[in-house]
Amino acid sequence: MLAYTLRRLFVMIPTLLVISFLIFFIIQLPPGDYLETYLAELQAQGEAVDPAKIAFLREQYGLDRPFVEQYFFWVLDLLQGEMGYSFEYQLPVAEVVGDRLWLTVVLATTTVIFTYLVAFPIGIYSAVRQYSIGDYIFTFIGFLGLATPNFLLALILLYLGNKWFGTSYGGLFDPQYIDQPWSWEKVGSLLAHLWVPVVVIGTSGTAGMIRRLRANMLDELQKQYVTTARAKGLAEWKVIAKYPLRLAVNPFIADIGSLLPQVISGAAIVSVVLDLSTTGSMLVKALQSQDMYLAGSFLMFQALLVVIGVFLSDLALAALDPRIRLGGGATK
Amino acid sequence: MSDKPIDRRNLPPPPREGHYVDPDPFNPYTKDTLTPEQERYYQAGQWTIMWWKFRHHKLAVVSGLVLAFFYLLVVIAEIVAPYNLHTRNTDSIYAPPQALRFFHEGAFVGPFVYGFDYKLDLTTLSRNYVPNKSEPQRIRFFCLGDEYRFWGQWEGNFHLFCPAKDGTLFLMGTDRLGRDVLSRIIYGARISLTIGLIGISLSFILGIVIGGLAGYYGGWVDDLTQRSIEILRSFPEIPLFMTLSAILPVTWSPIGVFFGLTFILALLDWPGLARAVRSKLLSLREEDFATAAQLMGASPARIIGRHLLPSFASHLIASATLSIPNMILAETALSYLGLGLRPPVTSWGVLLTEAQNINAITLYPWLLLPGVPVVIVVLAFNFLGDGLRDAADPYK
Repeated sequence: MLAYTLRRLFVMIPTLLVISFLIFFIIQLPPGDYLETYLAELQAQGEAVDPAKIAFLREQYGLDRPFVEQYFFWVLDLLQGEMGYSFEYQLPVAEVVGDRLWLTVVLATTTVIFTYLVAFPIGIYSAVRQYSIGDYIFTFIGFLGLATPNFLLALILLYLGNKWFGTSYGGLFDPQYIDQPWSWEKVGSLLAHLWVPVVVIGTSGTAGMIRRLRANMLDELQKQYVTTARAKGLAEWKVIAKYPLRLAVNPFIADIGSLLPQVISGAAIVSVVLDLSTTGSMLVKALQSQDMYLAGSFLMFQALLVVIGVFLSDLALAALDPRIRLGGGATK
Repeated sequence: MSDKPIDRRNLPPPPREGHYVDPDPFNPYTKDTLTPEQERYYQAGQWTIMWWKFRHHKLAVVSGLVLAFFYLLVVIAEIVAPYNLHTRNTDSIYAPPQALRFFHEGAFVGPFVYGFDYKLDLTTLSRNYVPNKSEPQRIRFFCLGDEYRFWGQWEGNFHLFCPAKDGTLFLMGTDRLGRDVLSRIIYGARISLTIGLIGISLSFILGIVIGGLAGYYGGWVDDLTQRSIEILRSFPEIPLFMTLSAILPVTWSPIGVFFGLTFILALLDWPGLARAVRSKLLSLREEDFATAAQLMGASPARIIGRHLLPSFASHLIASATLSIPNMILAETALSYLGLGLRPPVTSWGVLLTEAQNINAITLYPWLLLPGVPVVIVVLAFNFLGDGLRDAADPYK
């Protein structure tokens, strides 16, 4: 197990390197840089700009160096925990993002847990009671959840919440806690607000997961060992929980690799609609103003989150499923 | 079956289990005669059987019809929409939907709507529209109305249905410029629905070429594509979409942005298809007919294109159908965020940008209506794809 963990960890390094290169390449793609946008803005306001100052800034930020060199410095800084400097805010990126990264982690983790908690019982129920009324209702809701764009769901919830309760669910905290240091009250306020985005983001993932778990369970339920277990006279719940469920759950855990990118994607949109203080809305702004280090760190962080999530799910899978070989000889 | 007990004495002794001899003389042709129905089934081609199987999936057939209806709208949007895309009705800004009615004061008059009495509340500055029930405005059919250029080419003013003379017909309300939301939804279908088709064709080509190479050659080509697919898939899609579409220059024409966006959507969608192609090819290239073709000196391109691809084309079509909705959803989300298409190009996502703040939603909830066709189309594509996937393997 230890060897397997180490090898998996080792594989992550080239993956992250390639991802970081791609991200840097992409955020560098638009013609011009932030200083040009800045210059155009100042000139539009009729302010005189000293070209020497711009040249100084460009040298200061290393924008005049070749691409590879810039990338190299960026990665070196990232490795030391330095996320670079945000042009727009004139602050180090770490200060600009502040709690946002952690709030993203909290939101993503909660959503994944929510997805599991909801999808698990419903998926099993739908499979065991196939074609029952409950199965049809859940399948229908699941399809609806799959087809409704996240942000539309958020808008509808906002509308209904406003109509029925007269409250707005925007944000992650009550207004008085924003910019306050962390306290238990603030955590409570976070929890009170968190459920709306979690439900909104989790819906489509949950729907997909219910469908997959149901299909897996149905496949397993038809196998002969289930008949054997029934013939031995085991209690029905034991028949289900002991054998088919354990097999049906494996793809479920492996699924986290596709679930996490989905959750983070959803969070990016929903956070704009619901005005959450996570990374989504700031990323949109940073992209629009070519604030490249800010945007780059966000993207890198989100990709890192996914890579770590997949790593953890691989470990869990290896621990749960003895059929997965830990040794090198993986067969294709 | 009759309830009469069978008299067993007159019957021959029951045959022993597993050993039965027919007393009649052997006729070698009996086994080969088939009922006409069986014959029809056995002689039908692969695609015919698929169609028969698909027909049984009622939901998929209905979805197919719904989609056909939507794509018909795409073709004749100008004629179906009662108003032009840009017609502003300055007298009815943010007018609520007018209900379609049939009975006026107890008497049947055919489809009509009631006009609005408009009043501006001077204390709150909100617009109040009260239905004026004295006069029904009958909807005209096959009529002349707003002018348009059909497909941007031919002038015309023929509509399937239009408002009464000097009347209004806002079945889904109007927006902040007094433009009819229903007409805009119909026009928006044109962009929203074609972006998925064009995108999927591009990603189809990419997926088949890359997946085909990986699956046929195996070895390091396969390894390389597998790793790149893994890396591409570990990116969260939407932030990547956002980043890429932020690259599109602001100076591009709306049509340029449209194609740029389609290309980006396709660029991120091919890994799924490439994987499907690869795994199918890996198993198919071991089949005898592939070896035979190879021995006869066929080139790899010919073997892949002529012999291997047709054997799983149906699977490919099914999985392509299932990935169209993702593209539609992605376009809608991006346009909603202002990172995708921009007015004057009108897609459902662009229409939804009108409903961006909570005030607009509470005061004018009908601005959310462009979301409804998105949900319907995405659902229909999903059901259709499910049906196609089931039918794709007709011999099972």
